[in-house]
Amino acid sequence: MSLELQILTVVAVIAGTVLTRSLPFLIFPAGKPVPPVVKYLGRVLPSAVFAMLVVYCLRHVNLFAGTRGIPEMAALAVTVGLHVWRRNMFLSMVAGTACYMLFVQKIFAA
Amino acid sequence: MKSKSMQAFKAAFPFTIPIFAGFWFLGLTYGIYMHACGFSFWYPTLMAASIFAGSMEFVAVPFLMGPFAPLQVFLLTLIINARHLFYGISMLDVYKDMGWKKPLLIFGMCDESFSINYSADIPAGVDKGWFMLWVTVLNYSYWVSGSLMGGLFGSLLTFNTSGLEFVMTTLFVVIFLEQFLKEDQHVSSYVGLAVSILALVLFGADYFVLPAMIGILFCLMLLRNPLAKMVAGGQNS
Repeated sequence: MSLELQILTVVAVIAGTVLTRSLPFLIFPAGKPVPPVVKYLGRVLPSAVFAMLVVYCLRHVNLFAGTRGIPEMAALAVTVGLHVWRRNMFLSMVAGTACYMLFVQKIFAA
Repeated sequence: MKSKSMQAFKAAFPFTIPIFAGFWFLGLTYGIYMHACGFSFWYPTLMAASIFAGSMEFVAVPFLMGPFAPLQVFLLTLIINARHLFYGISMLDVYKDMGWKKPLLIFGMCDESFSINYSADIPAGVDKGWFMLWVTVLNYSYWVSGSLMGGLFGSLLTFNTSGLEFVMTTLFVVIFLEQFLKEDQHVSSYVGLAVSILALVLFGADYFVLPAMIGILFCLMLLRNPLAKMVAGGQNS
């Protein structure tokens, strides 16, 4: 593929990304009142979105083959447990990630 | 003015340290991937800087090698990045009065920057606009520099980083949990979990996000009357 067509392809990706990020702000600019429905969604969506992001990160976990999601479940248990106990964001993340790396590098090493 | 931004930098930087680890790992992976596909390091670097949407940058690579299909790649981008629409709706109020910072905050609104900027308890006295701009700019710089390093030196890496990408999962788990512990009703959290898992089971890993988004919208609209009252009752950050 020529450089020109490659640039056009990347521009298409940029345009799509910028559109999805800016569309709500374009439809509801700062000066205009935001309809109550959208205000309501703005308040209740984040919790659902964070849940969706967690599921999104774990989407390739297969409970019936390979490691059967054991590294993920162990690391999640460590992250959640530590976080509820200590409420220290950094600690929970480091410990959870270290636990996951231990599992995939040492325990389930291929 | 200068001290205001410096103070915000000091408050924002710690929040972005985990993102540094995750983005460098993923950026390196991305640079190595493009290197392996035969592209010069300019490609991952410039694509990281201009697109700034991790998963989409990976997906775009085969389109740079195959037949020219701009409309197809554009529509695919809309589908994969549709979740940003939800971030925008949630941030309408927060980014409202950000002036010149607003376009930058919106351009750089990746999953991670949105999550931190929405959920972080910004210390009193720290300028909110500068704090959020620093989070956005720092995350951006991690991603671009990681992609550059991956394109340049990725093939020389010897340290076993396998599994490091899980840091992103732990970030979202912790933020979800923080939100969960803070809110006084969990309807939306449960809806998000249940609908996403159901959509994942029904549609598979590659196609579940859009159905999940539609399902979440549908459920939240269905629950609008009771839920709006609950939300209005308690203070939800």
